[in-house]
Amino acid sequence: MTAPLHGLLLTGGRSRRMQRDKAALEYGGQTQLARAMALLEPLVARSFVSVRADQLDERQRTGYACIVDALPDLGPIGGIHAALHAHPHAAWLVLACDLPFLDAATLQQLIAGRDPQRVASAFRSSHDGKPEPLCAIYEPASRALVDARIAAGRLCPRDFLASADAALLELRNPRALDNINTGEEYHTARQRLEAAAPAGGASAPRAARTLQVQYFALLREQAGRSAETVSSRARDARELYEELRARHGLGLEPAQLRVAVNEDFADWSRPLDEGDSVAFLPPVAGG
Amino acid sequence: MNAFRLSADPFDTGVLRAGLADPGSGGYAAFEGWVRDHNEGRRVTRLEYEAFAPLALREGERIIAEARERFGLSGALCVHRIGALALGEIAVWVGAAAPHRDEAFRGCRYIIDEVKHRLPIWKKEHYEDGDSGWVNCERCAAAPALGGHEHAGHRHGAPSAPGPLKQA
Repeated sequence: MTAPLHGLLLTGGRSRRMQRDKAALEYGGQTQLARAMALLEPLVARSFVSVRADQLDERQRTGYACIVDALPDLGPIGGIHAALHAHPHAAWLVLACDLPFLDAATLQQLIAGRDPQRVASAFRSSHDGKPEPLCAIYEPASRALVDARIAAGRLCPRDFLASADAALLELRNPRALDNINTGEEYHTARQRLEAAAPAGGASAPRAARTLQVQYFALLREQAGRSAETVSSRARDARELYEELRARHGLGLEPAQLRVAVNEDFADWSRPLDEGDSVAFLPPVAGG
Repeated sequence: MNAFRLSADPFDTGVLRAGLADPGSGGYAAFEGWVRDHNEGRRVTRLEYEAFAPLALREGERIIAEARERFGLSGALCVHRIGALALGEIAVWVGAAAPHRDEAFRGCRYIIDEVKHRLPIWKKEHYEDGDSGWVNCERCAAAPALGGHEHAGHRHGAPSAPGPLKQA
């Protein structure tokens, strides 16, 4: 059984070298916290911001569900620990908040390459070949191992993944995980990103498409219809499901479903075109 | 003739079996899934099957093509019922013919196992107490945190030929 995937953005770091909260740094007028959450939300069943207890009331974090570090001052592994304990049946896509070049394709590659039988799934660093622990998926089975590492005072998540039975993937976009540690790096990154995406760029609103949607079995009963024509700006099947799930109060999570586009199985990240027919398929029970 | 079919009505397994007759085949194995009167401790009175027909037909053909390729079957057919079924009716039928019995058994087993896991077909059970539920779905909806696409399904029916069937 594959655990449902939740997202966790780590924002509890002290940013000692930067001396500024990295989550609050802006690119193209948007904070990194908002940018990262916008990338995560369409790809996971639920998403959370990992915070220290003293950050809970900060303005930019309100509006996102938060998970507070249970054990203070452990660094990133403390945030991962809190999430694994708060939702022990979920797997966690954990992200650092200093990855301004991270893109949806990289997260989709990670999700597609996830091996739920392993403790974790991560990219191999394009710099040193070691696992990248802060853009990685941690399965429920990693909880006991994280607990043991913390008990032993071994707090480096990279060492943890290197010693654990983690699935390692090759980064298709080798710069996607370049991080920002100094004011100078921030300045350079911001220039690059704002030059690449002038005037709204990727976040510009896209046109609505007319889509045919079909529901089956339990979803058909919950939606109160077997089919409908919808007009949606959803970029892919996952965004469309989230939109319809909210509209109709559907009780199943994307991780429990499969999706078909134009009468064949498709990935959740499949982009949707005008006139596509999309079917959401609950757990099957033929035979 | 399509190797995988959906049927809204009961069908004659003798006709299906005859369709696999082949002088080069030395073995034939068939599986019938029957509508059972209980599931997970509840008395079942009847079933409904719902299918996403275009995709079920497409995926069903793929499964049979895989079984033919993988086990060297000389022929294979599968029919799945849709709509309302009474207790004891055949819900699904699989027949596989091959030069030798082992391939026939294994090919038949492969087809029924893949059919159960891959086809977009859903089963609604109606219980003696008037309640009803979609098999494999209701627990997801009740406890989404535990969900996953694969669930410990239940099995019903019996092989119509003795075979090397392992417990799933």
